[in-house]
Amino acid sequence: MTSLVILSLSGALLLGITLWKRKSPAMLREIPAFTRLYRTLGLSVEDGTRLHVSLGSGSLLDTSGGSALAGLAMLRIIAERTSDSDKPVVASVGNPPFGLLMQDTLQAGYQAAGADELYIPTMGRVTGLTPFGYAAGAMHISKNEEVSANILVGHFSSEVALLAEASDRENEIMIGASDNLTGQAVLFASTQDALIGEELFAAGAYLNAGASHTASLTVQDILRWLVIAALLGGAFAKFAGII
Amino acid sequence: MRVLTTVIAIAAGALILAGYFFPALADVQTLLLNWAIILAGVVVLVGISNLISVHTDKISRREKGSAYSALLVIGLVATLSFGMILRPHHSTMKIVMNGIIIPAEASLMGVLTISLLYAAIRLLRRRADLMGIIFLSTAALLLLGSATLPLGDIPLIGTLLRPWVTQILALGGARGILIGVALGTLMTGLRVLFGADRPYGGN
Repeated sequence: MTSLVILSLSGALLLGITLWKRKSPAMLREIPAFTRLYRTLGLSVEDGTRLHVSLGSGSLLDTSGGSALAGLAMLRIIAERTSDSDKPVVASVGNPPFGLLMQDTLQAGYQAAGADELYIPTMGRVTGLTPFGYAAGAMHISKNEEVSANILVGHFSSEVALLAEASDRENEIMIGASDNLTGQAVLFASTQDALIGEELFAAGAYLNAGASHTASLTVQDILRWLVIAALLGGAFAKFAGII
Repeated sequence: MRVLTTVIAIAAGALILAGYFFPALADVQTLLLNWAIILAGVVVLVGISNLISVHTDKISRREKGSAYSALLVIGLVATLSFGMILRPHHSTMKIVMNGIIIPAEASLMGVLTISLLYAAIRLLRRRADLMGIIFLSTAALLLLGSATLPLGDIPLIGTLLRPWVTQILALGGARGILIGVALGTLMTGLRVLFGADRPYGGN
């Protein structure tokens, strides 16, 4: 019953704050990785170079899919903003259901930019079905397709080191975020601007994906304070012998 | 069509979620999850056809690295054909699996070890700040504390510092990060459930 209450409260807060955020502009703290991402988007269009967005090998049927869904929201904005570039964005993923969603998202981005005719279905690719197979395929894109920046947002484990290494060898910019602790540690060591923890889910808000994304951040903050209060309250109750 | 896909996605998501809280909906939840699993299986074939179309396209346009694409397509078609004719449990398929596919993945794991070591060496060049130094010195400390030596654990590092760092500092930090990730996943799921994010059915 507690989980139902938390879920209902989160849902109500998300709806309410989304409506409120539509009227007031968002105030977001600076995250260097997003500043770099914003700059990279503009540069890729000006230079006529390609962006490679990779969503990892998370599954749609378990919790690892959440990060890839957040990556899809970001991909939608990137596709829209770079649709007039000479080299269209290439996206890769290691899970077939996400491959379909990725192609749909890319197409939606092109439609939103009024460049539907420029959309090519092979821009969204399933590069492998196992984490290492997927990484090998994504490395191939990074090396052979005139990529200037790799943006990795999704579920990655240690295999992300292979992608980081390939990116570094080609002198490409790399921005990485994973929901997996191992992946985060590897990205921290291999990239200049890694996104840690829940920063991954802030991509949509920082790229102006809509009021619901900004509202999500506010609800996350509220829930985080509730978790902190519960932890401190629980510790105090235990210390006082109440529980 | 867009409205229909949105309605199907939201209704399916809401029913599956409700199944966790209301036992009366458990059967509907199981049915929908079984459908999802079957559809995910079919989508694997779509993913494979995507992989083939991308690489055959590269071969026909003689792009850079198209020899690797040819190798991939030949390997994929051969393995798929053999698997369908002989069945996955046939000894030949086991030889293909144990002799080619598993060693190829294992070799990538070997390359990964070198990549991780190289990343650790370059860390201070990339991040010459306090966090970089803490990251690297913690890794070195934990490696020293875990090393098997003829004399046993290194005093203080192996017996006190390593357990303190792994079980208190690192565990606390990891839990904090995972709570943040869980909250982010919850919000992403709710956005999809409310139809605010629709990564399906076009624009």
